[in-house]
Amino acid sequence: MFEIKNIKFKGILDIEHLIIPEEKITSIVGESGSGKTTLLKMLNNIISPEEGEILYKEKNINDFDAIELRRKITMLPQNPVIYKGNILDNILVGKKFAKSTDYDIEEIKKLMMEFSIGKDLNSPADNLSGGEKQRLCIIRVLIMNPDVILLDEPSSALDEKTEDKVISYICNYVKQNNKTLVMVTHSSEIAKKYSDHIIEINKRS
Amino acid sequence: MNGAVDLSLIQVVSAYIFIIILLFIVRKRELNIEKEIIIATVRMTVQLILTGFILTYIFKNPNVFITILIVGFMEIFSISNIFKRNKSKLSIELKNVITISMLAGTLLSLLYFLLIVVKIKPWFNPQYLIPLAGMIVGNSMTGISLGINKLIDGVTNQRDMIECSLMLGATPKDACKSIIDNAFDSAILPTINSMVGMGIVFLPGMMTGQILSGSLPLVAIKYQIAIMLGILGSVSITVITFLNLGYKTFFNSRMQLKREG
Repeated sequence: MFEIKNIKFKGILDIEHLIIPEEKITSIVGESGSGKTTLLKMLNNIISPEEGEILYKEKNINDFDAIELRRKITMLPQNPVIYKGNILDNILVGKKFAKSTDYDIEEIKKLMMEFSIGKDLNSPADNLSGGEKQRLCIIRVLIMNPDVILLDEPSSALDEKTEDKVISYICNYVKQNNKTLVMVTHSSEIAKKYSDHIIEINKRS
Repeated sequence: MNGAVDLSLIQVVSAYIFIIILLFIVRKRELNIEKEIIIATVRMTVQLILTGFILTYIFKNPNVFITILIVGFMEIFSISNIFKRNKSKLSIELKNVITISMLAGTLLSLLYFLLIVVKIKPWFNPQYLIPLAGMIVGNSMTGISLGINKLIDGVTNQRDMIECSLMLGATPKDACKSIIDNAFDSAILPTINSMVGMGIVFLPGMMTGQILSGSLPLVAIKYQIAIMLGILGSVSITVITFLNLGYKTFFNSRMQLKREG
């Protein structure tokens, strides 16, 4: 699905060749500062490599309409971003950007339960805890129904039990719906347990 | 009504007593700003005397080119003042947007004001055009400066929010919407506030000047209402043009937020 060829970026990343398969779960592991997030952002076309190219479905990622591409390859940043408004407004923010009103409120409620956010959809999103905010942001991405889900440390603010529950749910969702998941994680255990494919990036000296 | 009472040289000099009082207070409190006060007083006096002579000449010999030249000078001065006084480093693209917005907003409003509202003849009559241009350009300069600060602060401090929105498939415009709205509010608020307090909290300078020089208060008020609306229009057009073009300078052609530095 993704093919990365000779990319270089600011002395952080230098990857000769890499393939990320379609409809699989891929984890990117490596020490801090090794460029894991940078690589994920490149797949989302939020940043571009200084050299080399990234192919998506055999076509250079820069040849796609950037906005349309990001609605198909959607990324969750590491730090949860909460917008002004209530929980529902925050979950639907991606839909709003796409000018789409196509959503199922029951599905959202189900996801809220699965992700243990026991709050009313109309309550202010700002009052959620750090972990709840992170889970809300994951729901926000899932509800957009993208082909590729890019998650940057999706469980960094979660305790071990919730982490396992959330990652397990996401992975089942990806498998059942034939999606592709690329996830940056600090936990080699999570990577080994859930991934079909692990990419290890080393820090450049 | 009679014209304004002319002041003799001695009467004008007697007003400098306020500066002497100020200098006395400053010295007593050891504030060390005597030099600045004296320079400011001398500059104000010399600049105003020169302006007085220049305006007297221009009003007596109305000339379309000289009038346009003066308006052009006001525009250049105000635009370079915006560049100099802004606390952040402005990119070339943003400077171009500021220039286009200032020219579009102020000139459109000024022309509308002269040709449709006041309908003076000839249209370039410097006695009207120069003070009106001064008020319109000056207020637009203040408005756009506030808008620039808010836009730059917003994009700098809310990078995570903008980037998150882009990751979710937002257009740069949608990603910056709350920042643009906030910048517009901040830029337009001083003009709105001055309209609210006008006539009660303070008497505006143009109206006071007209009344002092012998105009009927009701005539002065009609001019003041018209110019306030003109100023509001000019500030709005300038700031909206700036914000609608300005946010784009922070993104590249791939709809990516440009890196800082």
